[in-house]
Amino acid sequence: MVYLTRIEHFNAAHKLYNPSWSKEKNNEVFGKCANENWHGHNFELYVTIKGDPDPETGFIFDAKKLGALINEKITEKLDHRNLNLDVDFMKGKLCSIENLVIGIWDELEPHIPPPIQLHCLKLVETAKIFVEYYGNK
Amino acid sequence: MGKKVAIFRKEHFNAAHRLFNPGWDDKTNTKVFGKCALPNYHGHNYELIVKVIGEPNAKTGYVMDMKELSDLIKQEIVERFDHRNLNLDTAEFKDLNPTAENIAIVIYDLLRPHIDKEKEIQIRLYETPRNFVEYPV
Repeated sequence: MVYLTRIEHFNAAHKLYNPSWSKEKNNEVFGKCANENWHGHNFELYVTIKGDPDPETGFIFDAKKLGALINEKITEKLDHRNLNLDVDFMKGKLCSIENLVIGIWDELEPHIPPPIQLHCLKLVETAKIFVEYYGNK
Repeated sequence: MGKKVAIFRKEHFNAAHRLFNPGWDDKTNTKVFGKCALPNYHGHNYELIVKVIGEPNAKTGYVMDMKELSDLIKQEIVERFDHRNLNLDTAEFKDLNPTAENIAIVIYDLLRPHIDKEKEIQIRLYETPRNFVEYPV
């Protein structure tokens, strides 16, 4: 079994805001991240798949094709977008990176062709903050 | 003629923006600015490097106290731009397109009055790990 990671990136705006709370409560919990006019990040997405190398190609999956798949299914929808307003799979959800990484997993996982499996998503929001998700296991 | 040394301090801020010329129609904005013109904003992790050039002070050995430089950048720049929407939340970009070029010029103009006139300063601003600008050149 070999693990292969492809890194892609996107730049997006968001805010952390719970619409069922008052503005004061949102500011108390989310601080500057609740700014009503948004802020933004350069996000880095690490997609790790696992499988055995194909005897004819030596690949577990063509890394370039994996990049194209991530771009088509994920970064096209997120790059230069407002995560709260523009992204179909984040509608009605709090736009934390925790929820975003789960949303990305649910979008991408059905498109990874068996026997290759999606192993891990790592989503980096800033140089100091990132999350990892290994699926709902 | 003394020996000049350059010192550098790095700070960062996360902000939303869009590139848009209000004197143009949407079609022209999209043609020129592409995805950067999308109406609901996107964002970046901006990395700011401020360079100060001068002769080390005979008594302290400093060109400038790094802590003072750091406090100055935080007070004048980070407080103003961090977790803000540059187009909507800042006076500086009410009528100025917030390109990396213009942000660097604005940062220079904000810092220059607070730093000893004998010292030269230069701004390097990273909008993404791959795109950065310098001012003045």
